[in-house]
Amino acid sequence: MTREELPNLAESKLTALVVDDNFVNQSIHQKLLARLGITNEVVCNGKEAVDAHCSGRNYDLILMDMDMPIMNGIQATKRLREMGIESKIAGVTTRANEGEKKEFMEAGLNDFQEKPLTISKLLSILHKFDFYVQT
Amino acid sequence: MNTIVVAQLQRQFQDYMVSLYQQGYLDNQFTELRKLQDEGSPDFVAEVVSLFFDDCAKLINDMSISLERPDHVDFKQVDSGVHQLKGSSSSVGARRVKNVCIAFKECCDVQNREGCLRCLQQVDYEYKMLKTKLQDLFNLEQQILQAGGTIPQVDIN
Repeated sequence: MTREELPNLAESKLTALVVDDNFVNQSIHQKLLARLGITNEVVCNGKEAVDAHCSGRNYDLILMDMDMPIMNGIQATKRLREMGIESKIAGVTTRANEGEKKEFMEAGLNDFQEKPLTISKLLSILHKFDFYVQT
Repeated sequence: MNTIVVAQLQRQFQDYMVSLYQQGYLDNQFTELRKLQDEGSPDFVAEVVSLFFDDCAKLINDMSISLERPDHVDFKQVDSGVHQLKGSSSSVGARRVKNVCIAFKECCDVQNREGCLRCLQQVDYEYKMLKTKLQDLFNLEQQILQAGGTIPQVDIN
């Protein structure tokens, strides 16, 4: 997909939260979202993601890494669901064996993508959640 | 604008880029990164790889400390560092670094300190080599822009 073919979802006013402890991944995921016109914020671990929601913030989409210090993605996803957060949560991780994926999904994910994240994978996530309809 | 100079520089850039892929330094994820660069963020790729190299230096240092004492190796810490490094290298398309991390993880899994030390040395070498190569690539980009040209799209396939 060329740059000119990338959809611009700015009119949808979607918001996203990137939850990842790695600065390289934070930077890339934020850029991916921004290129599609999705406003986004970033936090460094699951606890910060939970705290953001406790302070009243809410997001259409959460990109959740699995391995993070303090509170990992599985714990954070469970906690957010317990809090009644209904945002779409996509797990994004390099750990992809079936057992780990199953555990992460069962924590309350809506989707799972293996890192590294690309525009195609992000569009696949958005399409699955009906945030993006391919024309 | 000297069109002949620009064309030569663009050709040099293309050939160099292709060689980096052919020699295994980079993979398709680097191509994905380049797609994200635009007029609003013209230095995006350079900024992200700079973060990656900072990450490499820190993680390698931490792992070196963990591996220092033969009688007291914290393999869990080393494994965590390797996991981080594999993740970052995969995200920027640093193929050789990522491949060393795969071997490094295997050494961690069987608690092979000597193997880990060899991998540590190798990953240090590979990231520094890549850093030099990418700096040369970015320098070529700057030369093209300063000569009034545009950075060519490079079809790796």
